[in-house]
Amino acid sequence: MPVITSEMRALIHLDTVPVTYEIEKGAIRKFARAIGDANPIYHDDDAARGAGYRGIVAPPTFLRSLVPGPERTPFPEPFDRILDGGSQYTFDEPLIAGDRVTVVSKLVELFEKQGRLGTMLFKVREIRYQNQHGRLAATQRTTTITY
Amino acid sequence: MGKGRAPCFDDVEVGEAVPPLQKRPDTRQLVMYAGASDDYVQIHYDKDVATAAGHRSVIVHGALKSAFIAQMLTDWIGAAGRLVAMEVSYRGIDYPGDTLTCRGRVTAKRRDGDRNLVDCEVWIENGAGQVTTPGKATVAVPARIPRG
Repeated sequence: MPVITSEMRALIHLDTVPVTYEIEKGAIRKFARAIGDANPIYHDDDAARGAGYRGIVAPPTFLRSLVPGPERTPFPEPFDRILDGGSQYTFDEPLIAGDRVTVVSKLVELFEKQGRLGTMLFKVREIRYQNQHGRLAATQRTTTITY
Repeated sequence: MGKGRAPCFDDVEVGEAVPPLQKRPDTRQLVMYAGASDDYVQIHYDKDVATAAGHRSVIVHGALKSAFIAQMLTDWIGAAGRLVAMEVSYRGIDYPGDTLTCRGRVTAKRRDGDRNLVDCEVWIENGAGQVTTPGKATVAVPARIPRG
């Protein structure tokens, strides 16, 4: 029996409530330490400026810490087990400490597959990260699998 | 951070290997990553939840593996390069304690306006040499490295 309902399909292309983050030096350093990346541009202002940035820059996947806001209508999730399927990123402008980034996500694709784990529901979301200049800094297309 | 010479567009060759990066995430790193990325999915830190879901232990965050691949690329291209795009699929589960090797290979060179773009296939191999995490990436590099 298909798990995808018309109620789920009606949520495709609806934006989440926008949420704005200030990009903090401490958060960047903590993220860089967590991923084990000692590149000085993530830790030291002078090193970052020497590399052509305005200040400490965030590692590319720091975007993962900028969690989108709530969905306006919660997705009626039929499963409780979750796996990350993968991500596709485009990086248009670096995120620099002090930047303000507004994050909006939307469901863009919904499909199901039969696999080793039974019925698996795939949700593809597109997350847009816009900086304080109104320019798109990055986009992430991310696939969540539940089963 | 690159130990070798940063690539420039004129010199980089299709088929060339990206210098590999080895990582050995442990449970401590998974907890650090959970906190830093605000990802509290329990299969990454609660062994009971992970084993109930059929895993043999807690599992490495896919996004942490993406971070490793990004680091391999940014180490390679150095300060003058920029990561433009990256796509990573989490096909296989990885466990803490295993040695993960990030690898890459140049697949194409192209110009886009004034940018010199280099396309790569990228992937992570687990300790048994299996590819768990395939992907691709595009970096922008200088046309040539100025002679000092």
